[in-house]
Amino acid sequence: MGRTLAEKVYDAHVVRRAEGEPDLLYIDLHLVHEVTSPQAFDGLRMAGRQVRRPDLTIATEDHNVPTTDLLKPIADPVSRTQVETLRKNCSDFGIRLHPMGDDGQGIVHVIGPQLGLTQPGMTVVCGDSHTSTHGAFGALAFGIGTSEVEHVLATQTLPQIKPKTMAVTVDGALPEGVTAKDLILAIIARIGTGGGQGHIVEYRGEAVRALSMEGRMTVCNMSIEAGARAGMIAPDETTFAYLKGRPHAPQGEDWDRAVEYWTSLRTDDDAVFDKEVVIDAAELTPFVTWGTNPGQGLPLGESVPDPASYTDPAARQAAERALEYMGLTAGTPLREIAVDTVFVGSCTNGRIEDLRAVAGVLQGRKVADGVRMLVVPGSMKVKQQAEEEGLDEVISAAGAEWREAGCSMCLAMNPDKLTPGERSASTSNRNFEGRQGPGGRTHLVSPAVAAATAVTGRLAAPADL
Amino acid sequence: MEAFTTYTGRAVPLRRSNVDTDQIIPAVWLKQVSRTGFDKGLFSAWREDPGFVLNQPQYAGAGILVAGPDFGTGSSREHAVWALQQYGFRVVIAPRFGDIFRNNSTKMGLLPVVLTGEQVEDLQTAVEQDPALEITVDLEKREVRYGADTASFDIDDYTRWRLMEGLDDIGLTLRHGEAITEYEQRRQGWLPVTV
Repeated sequence: MGRTLAEKVYDAHVVRRAEGEPDLLYIDLHLVHEVTSPQAFDGLRMAGRQVRRPDLTIATEDHNVPTTDLLKPIADPVSRTQVETLRKNCSDFGIRLHPMGDDGQGIVHVIGPQLGLTQPGMTVVCGDSHTSTHGAFGALAFGIGTSEVEHVLATQTLPQIKPKTMAVTVDGALPEGVTAKDLILAIIARIGTGGGQGHIVEYRGEAVRALSMEGRMTVCNMSIEAGARAGMIAPDETTFAYLKGRPHAPQGEDWDRAVEYWTSLRTDDDAVFDKEVVIDAAELTPFVTWGTNPGQGLPLGESVPDPASYTDPAARQAAERALEYMGLTAGTPLREIAVDTVFVGSCTNGRIEDLRAVAGVLQGRKVADGVRMLVVPGSMKVKQQAEEEGLDEVISAAGAEWREAGCSMCLAMNPDKLTPGERSASTSNRNFEGRQGPGGRTHLVSPAVAAATAVTGRLAAPADL
Repeated sequence: MEAFTTYTGRAVPLRRSNVDTDQIIPAVWLKQVSRTGFDKGLFSAWREDPGFVLNQPQYAGAGILVAGPDFGTGSSREHAVWALQQYGFRVVIAPRFGDIFRNNSTKMGLLPVVLTGEQVEDLQTAVEQDPALEITVDLEKREVRYGADTASFDIDDYTRWRLMEGLDDIGLTLRHGEAITEYEQRRQGWLPVTV
């Protein structure tokens, strides 16, 4: 019987297989950031262990970094200590680090692909659930906890029980104005926050094939929000074109050999998935969330749902609680929801294509009075490229704030936060209670919807302008 | 890791679904570089509400958390497990867990137990009716027992053995150092290095 893409990549990394034990899986690339690593390095020190492969490990500072005044020390002493701890750990264990101010710095899931370190067929891990992003290249990439970070540092492997596989096939073409973010929000709403649990999702079908690498990264990034271990897309010409010439991509004859191998990384016609979901792209429209988990989303044209309409008691209770937290009334059209803040950025939507989409909508327009808009590039390279293209000027002229690279308002670990009760339209990945700041209320949206919302002050799509 | 065989104690019913790790331990607590002191951060936003279940005196000292489906979704932060353990929990029972949270739990010796939605509901109701109810979670027999009720749960043999022995994964993997070295010699030459 044929194998799925996920199975091919998984099988190629099994170091050891024994009856009644998990497989030991080799890890090709380990990404490290300041938040989930300090206790892992401490563990190594206490056991007198070394990092087995510092040459397969790379670190960056992203979660804690302020997005203004980069050259000043971080004002929050606790954040500063965490960042300084990473610097010391990388120095002690010989790991390459891109610190604040370095032009290679950025969000961990933006810099891996940007450097060409993320390649098809690799295994990639990071102490961060959005590691699933790298699956866009046909890599098997998943988030791990700090104990596992320590395990990978010490052994370059992880014990794993082979996950199940799930196909999400998106047939047809996305309609004009419908983006990768709308697609993944619709998928999560369809399968639920636990729908992918225990599975590696492979996104397939015409609409997925048609996505750019940036779009594919957006889709794979949010696999975790559907509960999936990882998301993957088979590599193709789009993937190869993105990789070619990047600093760590293979060159010359190596490139040809690599492409030959990468081309074999597709699900065989006779392979069987454990679960399959089919989505009709033509039915999709811009999609936004109304609740406090990423599965609580609807097309922008709909209204806040009535909790009484849910038959499942857990879903009904979750909806009731979400409406209370979000300060929303059932039946309110989503387009009537006014926001205070618009955030563009994060590992979901902080790439060049996202910034182009935002600038495209903001060109010749102004951010509505009383709305603050932050535009935060995912990396210093993305920032540089955006500035070369003049996007920063369009964004600033519209009245939005153009910032330095970092995780920013995605997760409230740095100065960019919502205040209690403040409502945002955000291109990030989580609308959990307090995610963007204690008491903050988040609506997840695409970059295009974020920009249109900034202009009108209410949830809106560019077509509404 | 602390070994887990059997735990007998009281439980807290947390009647919420989708309890993501941002709720279990809000991000502000993640700035610490040590492994201790996370008990204060456990559900810190929800604990501001005096009516929150953990603030109810009848549940003080309970070692089992009984929650709704999709417990521990979202962020990979192992701090969520540390916070639960440091607060005093040894077991979390739910109909479904986030994969990373479940993995992190078994690395640390916090036992994640999957029961059906109905079994969880029954247990929550029983605890609400009698907060002093003693519940036994028996990993060896893979059973949750209280009153006259017994609920069986699944856990793979290897994870169960490792939890019962309290074994550290890294030590186990390092026994296979030769296999790792052999694998490294077979890796393709074009694969990237970070240096």
